[in-house]
This record gives sequence, structure tokens and C-alpha cells, in this order.
Amino acid sequence: MSFINYMAREINCKLVYYGPGLCGKTTNLQYIYERTNPEAKGKMISLATETERTLFFDFLPLSLGEIRGFKTRFHLYTVPGQVFYDASRKLILKGVDGVIFVADSQIERAEANLESVENLRTNLAEQGYALDKLPYVVQYNKRDLPNVASVEELREMLNPTNVPDYEAVARTGVGVFDTLKAVAKLVLTELRKGGGA
Amino acid sequence: MINPQMVMYEEEFNQIQTVVDRLVRDANAKVVFIVDKNGQLIAASGDIDNVDTTSLASLTAGNIAATGGMAKLLKENEFATQFHEGEKANIHIQLVGNRVILVVIFDARSSLGLVRLRVKKSSEELNGIFESLLKKVAEPGADSPFAEITDEDIDNLFND
Repeated sequence: MSFINYMAREINCKLVYYGPGLCGKTTNLQYIYERTNPEAKGKMISLATETERTLFFDFLPLSLGEIRGFKTRFHLYTVPGQVFYDASRKLILKGVDGVIFVADSQIERAEANLESVENLRTNLAEQGYALDKLPYVVQYNKRDLPNVASVEELREMLNPTNVPDYEAVARTGVGVFDTLKAVAKLVLTELRKGGGA
Repeated sequence: MINPQMVMYEEEFNQIQTVVDRLVRDANAKVVFIVDKNGQLIAASGDIDNVDTTSLASLTAGNIAATGGMAKLLKENEFATQFHEGEKANIHIQLVGNRVILVVIFDARSSLGLVRLRVKKSSEELNGIFESLLKKVAEPGADSPFAEITDEDIDNLFND
């Protein structure tokens, strides 16, 4: 649910990075944080365990510039990927405007990807959202590793509805901004329709 | 669409800001701010230059969401009030009308009793303001300013 503030002439939207454990959601945010001008970003917050696994969420506020005199701000969140943090994952999805599914391209993570995308669908439905109606993009991450499935295979498994999808290596930044821009565009296009899920 | 879009107009913003400004004074608080349940900062007052209100807003919403989750598991509706006591700073978090969150940060110059008392009064006022705001948003003709934007406008955002 985006927030339009006529007083501050601002529009705020919430984007959520979803995906199985260790697929690179936090790495996406870290790369965006490192490569964004200081005036366009706020502090990045990570609520993580001592072993740097996401416990609750990561948060990064980002300003993209102005549209028709309104500042556009995006709040980027990640969910904890580990299966047993499901209760927390549900909470992060509240009020979401757009979702990025980060898939781990390694062959041995195929099942974890499928399970996570199914979990996304279920948890959104619990909040009253339908994944097919939300601004949604898919990122196939870790393309630099040797044991990856082909993009065709991944697409068939994880992107049956043919939403925009991108190959990425979040560690070095390949595809990170392409993915972000794609979902941000979809969210703004949705706002034009008067949507704002 | 399950939630109406959150929209803030000048009139209601000024009313909210008045309540928040007054609460800072009446409760002897350092900072007072209002956040929606999704973590968007709505209004703030007090010594806000020395705190990262954007981060606090997001964490407060996360906190309220987690507490709400616990309440649900215990078959409670909500835990509407939270209080965290530190060595120097204390934070009082109040859910208002199950819609927005009123946060008061205070130190030894104030007390929990005073804060609770003032928060109670402000909550009632805020509840009324947000109720009329929601009615206004739901009225037909309250068009999004984004109805007119073009593909070009959107593309221009990403050109740099």
C-alpha cells in the first residue's frame, strides 16, 4: 500500500525481496546501498543473527527522484529466507507494493526455490494479495557459479506467468539495478492505474 | 484491493502536526512521531535532527507487527501499548485505532505516568483525525496524482 503525502509532496512505496535462505536478498540490498549516492539513501538496517543470517528483515530507504513534482521514495525490505522464520516473513509482506523473487540458480537449490515461491504465494494470499496481480519480477542470482541450472529451466520452474526476469550476480552487482528498476517501474505503472494494491 | 491507499492531505497533516507538537510539550518528551503500520513516517516533532526517524519508523512498525503476531498466537486482539526503558532514553509505543503508531521518546525530565496520560488524550484526537482522513480518501473523485503520468515520466526517473 503506497503512501501519498500531498503535504510533503512525496510518494512512498514498499518493495520486498523474497526467496530461499542464502539466495542473496541481503546481498542485493548491500550492493544497492554501496552504489547509491549518499543523498539518495538512508541508513541500511539489518536485523540479523550473530552469524549474519537475516533474523527479521533488512531495510533500506531509497529516493529515486521526482515525478510530476512528487518525490518518489522506495522502502526496500528483505525477508528472512530460512524456512522456520515463516511467521516473520508474513509480517514483512504487510502493505507491500512490489515483490522481487530472488532465486538461487544452483541446481541443488531447485527445490528450495520452488518451496519459497509457493510460500510467497500462500503468505500473500493470507494478507489478501494475489501474486499474479502484484508488481512482481524474478531474479536468477548466482549466475557466476559453476553448478547452475539454465535460465530456461529456471524460468519454466519459477516464472510460469512470464513476468520480467533477470540474470544476476548480486555479489558483484550484475543485474541488481536492472531488477530493482523493473519492479519500481511496475509499481509506478500500477499507481497510474489508481491501484496501490 | 484490501486496504485503501494511505493518503495525507494538507488539512489533516496540519491537524496531526498540531497534536504531535503539543504532545512533545505536554509530555516533556524529546521526540514524538507517528508511523503507519507499514513503517511510513507520517509526522514527527521535537529534537528530530538528532534521530534517524526513517529507520526508527521502520523498526517501530516491525516491532508492532511482531507484537501483533504474538497477540494473535495468544488469541489476543492486539497489545496496544509497549514501553522500553533504557538508561537515558525511554520509548513509549501506542497503537492508535489499530491503524497508526504513536511513538514518544523521553528521558528523566519526564515520567512514564505523565507520558501515558498525555498519550491517552492525544490518541483519542488522532483517532478522530485519521477516521475523517480515511473517509475523505474513500470518497469518489479523490484521484491519484499519478493518474496522468506517462511512460516517459517513469523512464526519466531511471535515466541517470
